[in-house]
Amino acid sequence: MDNVIRRRTLGARLARLALYAALLLAALFYLLPLAVMLITSVKPLDEISAGSLLALPQSPTLVPWAKAWGEACTGMRCEGVGGYFWNSFAIVIPAVAISTVVGALNGYALTKWRFRGSELLFGLMLFGCFIPFQVVLLPMAQTLGWLGLSSSRAGLVLVHVIFGIAFTTLFFRNFYVAVPTELVSAAKLDGAGFFRIFWRILLPVSAPIIVVSVIWQFTQIWNDFLFGVAFSAHDTQPVTVALNNLVNTSTGVREYNVDMAAAMIAALPTLVVYVLAGKYFVRGLTAGSVKG
Amino acid sequence: MSALEIQKVRKDFGNERVLKDVSLAIESGEFLILVGPSGCGKSTLMNAIAGLEPVTAGEIRIADRDVTWLTPAERDIAMVFQSYALYPSMTVRQNISFGLEMRKVPRAEREAAVERVADLLQITALLDRKPAQLSGGQRQRVAMGRALAREPAVYLFDEPLSNLDAKLRVDMRTEIKKLHLRLGTTIVYVTHDQIEAMTLADRIAVMRDGHILQLGTPDEVYNDPVDIFVAGFMGSPSMNFIATTLEGQAGDYRLRIVTEGEDALVLPWPASRETPALAEQVGRSVILGLRPEHFSEEDSRLSGMDEGTPLSARVSVVEPTGADILLNMPLGDAEVTARVGPKCRVAPGERLSLRVDMGRAVLFDSETQKRLA
Repeated sequence: MDNVIRRRTLGARLARLALYAALLLAALFYLLPLAVMLITSVKPLDEISAGSLLALPQSPTLVPWAKAWGEACTGMRCEGVGGYFWNSFAIVIPAVAISTVVGALNGYALTKWRFRGSELLFGLMLFGCFIPFQVVLLPMAQTLGWLGLSSSRAGLVLVHVIFGIAFTTLFFRNFYVAVPTELVSAAKLDGAGFFRIFWRILLPVSAPIIVVSVIWQFTQIWNDFLFGVAFSAHDTQPVTVALNNLVNTSTGVREYNVDMAAAMIAALPTLVVYVLAGKYFVRGLTAGSVKG
Repeated sequence: MSALEIQKVRKDFGNERVLKDVSLAIESGEFLILVGPSGCGKSTLMNAIAGLEPVTAGEIRIADRDVTWLTPAERDIAMVFQSYALYPSMTVRQNISFGLEMRKVPRAEREAAVERVADLLQITALLDRKPAQLSGGQRQRVAMGRALAREPAVYLFDEPLSNLDAKLRVDMRTEIKKLHLRLGTTIVYVTHDQIEAMTLADRIAVMRDGHILQLGTPDEVYNDPVDIFVAGFMGSPSMNFIATTLEGQAGDYRLRIVTEGEDALVLPWPASRETPALAEQVGRSVILGLRPEHFSEEDSRLSGMDEGTPLSARVSVVEPTGADILLNMPLGDAEVTARVGPKCRVAPGERLSLRVDMGRAVLFDSETQKRLA
């Protein structure tokens, strides 16, 4: 029951039926690529070349997955995408953590400790959300060189943190602006300082927006290709770059099943994050718009 | 000893001067109420005392110590906020003891303070709840408890009752008064509700446009207002202002009131209430201020008026409130409100003979709005 009283004429019912049919069709349409990927990744190669794209596998196999993980060639090396998968984690986890913490502190300072020019500063930080990645490739490469971080994981973490701060600051600023400032005033009178107020008063109520920030940053950084390909060396590449190399390495027959399995592996973490925390994501995005 | 002293405090927001050289002093144990319409600067003054906003100029002293440039935590004050500002993630117990914890009070002492305050405010049963699980009145109590736990030199209350419903507001008002009598605390209390001001205060500061217009006891502010604004702000229904012409000379001043469609009415001004300022106003328009209760029925023996000045008027509206009846009637260029006893039988359109207690009436300059007599 969806708590709505509807007209119950034949016409109205038919109209609803048509509506649901259209929605279902759209859902299937969007799910199709994922289905094709999954089906293809568990088919042996001869089934792929013989059958149609949508046919279910006759003899399902996990060999393509194993190959994609540990043996497939990405350029000169043939070690699969497994190593790069962990590379991605090594880049994503610190980058997400640091950018979220900095964004939270920024949002807190910009809303609860306003200073002359804080609105201007926030406006300028917002600009960061709209800067195309390509624009900064060369200066960033130069900067990383000066810092001695070229082609290192730390360098990639730094790039992602800098780019992420614009978004995380925006999230936390808009969340904290709805938290009554009197709470901070009361804590000041009680004798708490800048970090104590943040830690004891604001952080405990920030769970929804932390989830938003983490999901957003995780998917952004995990799915990044451009920075990954520009600022990494062979052994520091993220999985997206490895996937690209794997698909583009042509030695003999094209192994679509391995390609699909590798693509699934590369996409899995973001899928998992969405499934586990998706409902908090929506809740966090709408937080503040409705009281309570 | 002054618990709180404010000297020529000035506050600018950009080009706007919100506080214009405000000065006042409060004795220890005194209950001072800052009252005024919104935008009069009372909340800004409160924030300046609390140290939440720096002042542009002037000095603030708490317990004979210059605190003008001290942080809120260093000032030895506690504040009850309009929105209560309870920490949402903490239980009532943690809320009350947070300030003590920040001041590194030992755990045993903190617990004793929480028990004492909870007992005082009857919130012991709520100590382990979160603020979201409390009703408005309970949150109000917790907010007061948080302030009381620390026993500071001065308590600040920023419109603490304005978020409560009418009945609860009256109950809490009484409770705050009891607490003040019992604990002898020094309180500065901001409100825009003139009834709260009258009932609670030892002294009232009426503010407008960044100035304190009048600072005095409730009785002084109510019966002896310095200008039309103060007179009109205090009291409900508010004071009637009637345009009149001053006639006569010292010892025999009279006020002539012209009401459309009626004979001109002449009211003698009591000689005991003459002031030198009246001499200059003879022949000019002055404003007579009469409170609704300065009127009474002709034959009323309960009014306490020995010999009011008789007056007859046509009643236009009759509003019974239960305890008494409010009558509207045209007098001079405006409708005036009179308060008469609940037994008064009068219908709209009828004429009624009333008495006016001129001994309590006040006169204002029609141009400067200042008090004349």
